[in-house]
Amino acid sequence: MRKQNKGKKLLWNIAFVFVLIGLGFFIYRASLRINYSWNWRAVPSYIVYHSIKKIDSPVNGVVLGHSKDTLTIKSLNDKIIKLKVEHTKLKKGDKVGKNESVGFDSHYQAGPLLMGLIMTLKISLASIIMALIIGFITGLMRISNNPLLKNLAVTYIELIRGTPLLVQIFIVYFFIGTIFNMTRFIAGAFALAVFEGAYIAEIIRAGIQSIAKGQTEASLALGMNYFQIMRYIIMPQAIKRVLPALAGQFISLIKDSSLLSIISITELTKAGREVVSSTFSPFEVWFTVAALYFILTYTLSLLDGYIERRLAQDE
Amino acid sequence: MNENKEEFIITAENVCKTFPNGVKALRDVSLSVKKGEVVVIIGASGSGKTTFLRTINQLEYVDSGRIIVDGQDVTDPKTNLTKVRAEVGMVFQHFNVFPHMSVLNNVILAQTLVKKRSKKEAEEVALEFLNKVGIADKRDDYPGNLSGGQQQRVAIARALAMNPQIMLFDEATSALDPEMVGGILDIMKRLASEGITMVVVTHEMGFAREAADRIVFMDHGQIIEIDTPDNVFKNAKSERLRQFLSQIL
Repeated sequence: MRKQNKGKKLLWNIAFVFVLIGLGFFIYRASLRINYSWNWRAVPSYIVYHSIKKIDSPVNGVVLGHSKDTLTIKSLNDKIIKLKVEHTKLKKGDKVGKNESVGFDSHYQAGPLLMGLIMTLKISLASIIMALIIGFITGLMRISNNPLLKNLAVTYIELIRGTPLLVQIFIVYFFIGTIFNMTRFIAGAFALAVFEGAYIAEIIRAGIQSIAKGQTEASLALGMNYFQIMRYIIMPQAIKRVLPALAGQFISLIKDSSLLSIISITELTKAGREVVSSTFSPFEVWFTVAALYFILTYTLSLLDGYIERRLAQDE
Repeated sequence: MNENKEEFIITAENVCKTFPNGVKALRDVSLSVKKGEVVVIIGASGSGKTTFLRTINQLEYVDSGRIIVDGQDVTDPKTNLTKVRAEVGMVFQHFNVFPHMSVLNNVILAQTLVKKRSKKEAEEVALEFLNKVGIADKRDDYPGNLSGGQQQRVAIARALAMNPQIMLFDEATSALDPEMVGGILDIMKRLASEGITMVVVTHEMGFAREAADRIVFMDHGQIIEIDTPDNVFKNAKSERLRQFLSQIL
């Protein structure tokens, strides 16, 4: 019997690490040739930064005390005012005038890239939910015996799959969005959902059709109706089977959301472009943007693996 | 309606069916089954016996003719099929158990959805029939871990738990390993002796001889002969039945 040699496997894994290091070194050397000056230091502050704010007193009054980042001031007309102030030089009994500086407050604030990431997450989530609904309904219509439903589904799927997403975004935003007075966010999420929904419909259709006919027949013979058969027999088995394909489609959706930057939704890609124009560090920023996208998609991929393993246990 | 007709629980009249590929599966098939009767349909593959069985609960629609099941014309589009089907249990060649559910839930599901039984009541009924077919100890297993014979037992319990008036068996033992066949046939014989109406499509001539009240021989979509087991096996009238029996016995 042939056996995989454990020692050999380890050797190849070490080789893999070396190839990665080599690639990194190559990129570094290549950038030296074009005299690019790397400046990674600025990058973290575009994700999260420490903001320091000067705090002014809103009234004339007397300081009563400062504890736990709270400065208490009694105004001249005996009103008690509490201000969030982290650092202050004032002590109990000090007098403060209106608009006089009383100290500083500092806190961490999301930078443009993190804000962009959050927007990408929000719009992707909204689209995934809509795309699932659209995909489920058209997937079921697609296999319906009713020619109206079936032809509608086929037309939708073919039209959407046959035109570029970018063009669809423009049509939804400028045409449909204007008619129905949609916000940018809704128009963007809707355009994305309509696009991915066509692919999800095909995934759902394939999943349903992959379930043996005998399952439906046995359910019919027991007196179950169409809805019950779909809900309890076909869908649970079909979804389990198409979960990897669905996860792949969700990952595509997250990546495709970068195209929404074209209608001025400040998601991760647009945020990246804005940061580049103010820092002139395109390499660092785009690498960071790519890494942030990867964190999202890889998390989804891990989640899918986890759910698949969980579902595989019941069988 | 005359009184004689009343006692028939299944009446098929002049049933015809042609498949989309042009094969004439059923040609003018008429058959009446009395309440409590065990009718075994035999015939070569392609003779239409399975197709006919499937028209009784309308898994297969007919082109013409009528089928009355428990007083309801199932070929009439106005008939509520789910109601009739709940009264007609069916056991399939390939078991068709639900792979994503435990054995117990396989038997419970349709009871709660169709018969509207409470979960607790359905579970009691399920256990009763799982015991009856000798597989109650596997109640928490998933079908993937069961042998073919065990899966077929689950399928039988699932059908019986609906308390059907009629049971249809479509080559219930054909997909089983030889050592599993006897156990399933024993269950079917026991059911036959308990007085439930049964229509059985099978290649098991031993079962037909022992359990059938009447045997129906089909060939090329037609019923050629209907008779008692004794007559069928000892003095078949038609040449085709004699030929069929000589090949199979």
